[in-house]
Amino acid sequence: MRKFNLPLTETDILSLRAGDSVSLSGVILTARDCAHKKIINILDSGEKLPFELKDAVIYYAGPCPAKPDKASGSCGPTTSARMEGFAPRLLDMGLGAIIGKGEMNDETREALKRNKSVYFAAIGGAGALYGNAIKKSECIAFPELLSEAVYRLEVEDFPVIVAYDSFGGSIY
Amino acid sequence: MRKINTVEIENKIYEMALRAGVNLTPSCIEALNFACEVESGEAARFALETLVDNSVIAHEENMPVCQDTGIAVVILEIGQGVFLEGKSLTAAVNDGVRRAYSDGYFRKSVCDPITRENTGDNTPAVIHTEIVDGENIKITFMPKGFGSENMSKLYMLKPAQGVEGIINCIVETVKLAGSRPCPPVYVGVGIGGTFDTCAYLAKKALSRDIGTANPRKEIAEIECEALSRINKLKIGCQGFHGDTTALGVSCEYAPTHIAGLPVAVNIQCHCVRCEKEVL
Repeated sequence: MRKFNLPLTETDILSLRAGDSVSLSGVILTARDCAHKKIINILDSGEKLPFELKDAVIYYAGPCPAKPDKASGSCGPTTSARMEGFAPRLLDMGLGAIIGKGEMNDETREALKRNKSVYFAAIGGAGALYGNAIKKSECIAFPELLSEAVYRLEVEDFPVIVAYDSFGGSIY
Repeated sequence: MRKINTVEIENKIYEMALRAGVNLTPSCIEALNFACEVESGEAARFALETLVDNSVIAHEENMPVCQDTGIAVVILEIGQGVFLEGKSLTAAVNDGVRRAYSDGYFRKSVCDPITRENTGDNTPAVIHTEIVDGENIKITFMPKGFGSENMSKLYMLKPAQGVEGIINCIVETVKLAGSRPCPPVYVGVGIGGTFDTCAYLAKKALSRDIGTANPRKEIAEIECEALSRINKLKIGCQGFHGDTTALGVSCEYAPTHIAGLPVAVNIQCHCVRCEKEVL
């Protein structure tokens, strides 16, 4: 399994092909349904987002609360298809990569190709395993959304599979 | 007549919820291990191995097996010889759920359908009650994740569509869901009744152990044929193409109207969590 540090470089992204198993280390940001709605509202109103989107990696996930001795609770991916209405716009703004689970629509796949980005599938249901790969977690936006808030996660050896690569290839 | 204080039910729900959040059912673990052994697809096998590893970590470290610790579905089969005393049954169940989701560090996933505001404590639970013979209470606790719930469907077939129509509904639902509900799935099917009972039967079917057959032969044949056709779809674990798209199909049925044939297909992801106890 090849290992990559985040953010990914263009060379990294161009080396990835759908079906590759890779492990990621570095910073990822969680955002799911409600957070995306808020992000889009902020962008529509012309205001500045409370975090940098350029080259960021968004993980479609909402963690369990962390026990006192852990950085995070269980934190596997949620179904990406619910975010496909938002993904192309964020990719066009420079989003580096997406992590989620399951197929996304053709518009998202086109946007990944157009922007030389990549969509990784984490293994849905492996919440405990992914929770343990998180070494630090901090809420950086929308705390009122509880588990749906945006968390900045520092991950180590986070196992994923390339679902859609930057050439239009798909594992599905 | 047997008196049961509802606080006993609350305490039982609390214990069952804590166990359910971190443990797959034994029949689910067995089915995942078997799927892993026979899988011929490389990516699907990687995913299945990850899931087996994850279930061990969750159990050993007492961590939620999936971060979607679900909406709490509780089925209470209450003997008619039971006299309930104490706080209301609904309050007792919700208090048990509230305490367990807090103490277990489980995710609170219940919200208002319009404002989307989180209720903050994973209540209210979905509570089904049935009055049965006897003086016991059978409690079934199933946390239900929504990646799979979202892929469920209800069909109102014409009677003439018959068994073939029923099987088509089951297979079509799984096919349309594709990679989205976290396959390999466990498929609960309700056949007959009305619009509402049919959906309930589909949910209740998911409380059966994977691999058990409905005692009625015609129904067991539907389960068997549907499972075989689903696994020919080759969606595989996580949609990565593989041999196991469903771990099982369980059907429950009820008499229906002469004009109709309702079929409900409730999809459960591979994270089958279900605790059963008798009070």
